[in-house]
Amino acid sequence: MGIIKRLGLNFTWLKRIFKKKRARIGIYGPPNAGKTTLANRILRDWTGDAMGSVSNVPHETRRARRREGVTINSNGSAVTLDIIDTPGLATKIDFHDFMAFGMNEEESKRRAKEATEGVIEAVKWLDELDGIILVMDATEDPYTQVNVTVIGNMEARKLPLLIAANKIDLPNSSPARIHSAFPQHPLVPISALEGQNIDLLYREIAEHFG
Amino acid sequence: MKGIQLDLISEDKLDGMTSMEKVRLILDEVRNGKILVLEKGLTPSEQNKLIELTMTEIAPDDFSGIEIESYPVKQNDNFLNKLFGKNTLKTRLTVIGPAAQLKTIKKDRDLISALVSTP
Repeated sequence: MGIIKRLGLNFTWLKRIFKKKRARIGIYGPPNAGKTTLANRILRDWTGDAMGSVSNVPHETRRARRREGVTINSNGSAVTLDIIDTPGLATKIDFHDFMAFGMNEEESKRRAKEATEGVIEAVKWLDELDGIILVMDATEDPYTQVNVTVIGNMEARKLPLLIAANKIDLPNSSPARIHSAFPQHPLVPISALEGQNIDLLYREIAEHFG
Repeated sequence: MKGIQLDLISEDKLDGMTSMEKVRLILDEVRNGKILVLEKGLTPSEQNKLIELTMTEIAPDDFSGIEIESYPVKQNDNFLNKLFGKNTLKTRLTVIGPAAQLKTIKKDRDLISALVSTP
């Protein structure tokens, strides 16, 4: 090592070639699909920490949050990821919708403004990722434009995508409906809130993003 | 006659426009209260641009955004495209309108059902 140093050879270019880049994975989906609940579940399980607050008011997450170096062990293999919890994607934001949750007009308008900025940030992050966990609410119609747009983006870039069909703890959930809508992508039915099938999700994460 | 203007834009017209021209045209027309039907939809990156620009134009009591519905993209089976590694995704028919006037009732792989209301 001393000789190498003395000769001024540090081989960083060699390390760069052989060192596997840590995958940067975005958690995407429409507002209220359970993205931050899932991000919190993953971080609590593997780092003991949390990503952010959750709420039943849409657009609770209005800034992308990033956690680096989260190591997930599953089925004897380990994968280390940078995880980005993104604001819910939408094509419309009406401040009146927030007033229905008891917010006053000023507060609702501020939240709407922040939500529009959050959507822009989420769209911009799409260019920076190596893969996506697309969280869908399994109680809702899967053919939303948000789902179609995110899936189209990943398919155009040939990047891996894993669908988390969330909220299977609710009686009217139907992961099968999501699977029939997007059969070309792997899907794991989960409840991020209750932790159902979360080990199965970790196995799929290790397999697809490792 | 009072009503809502519906513009059907051909694939040929869309092919002759840049991404930014398409996005600007869509937003301008939708903000004027028109419903647009694009024979050939937008590429995923054009959809991203449209969402971004829409977000910048949302204003309380003026414009709350757009309703956009399209079928999922299809794989283009053209052998030569595949051979030369060209993008093999084929975009499909898309309906876009003001969020305040166009509401999707039902959508699946082969049907988009929407309700249009006057402002």
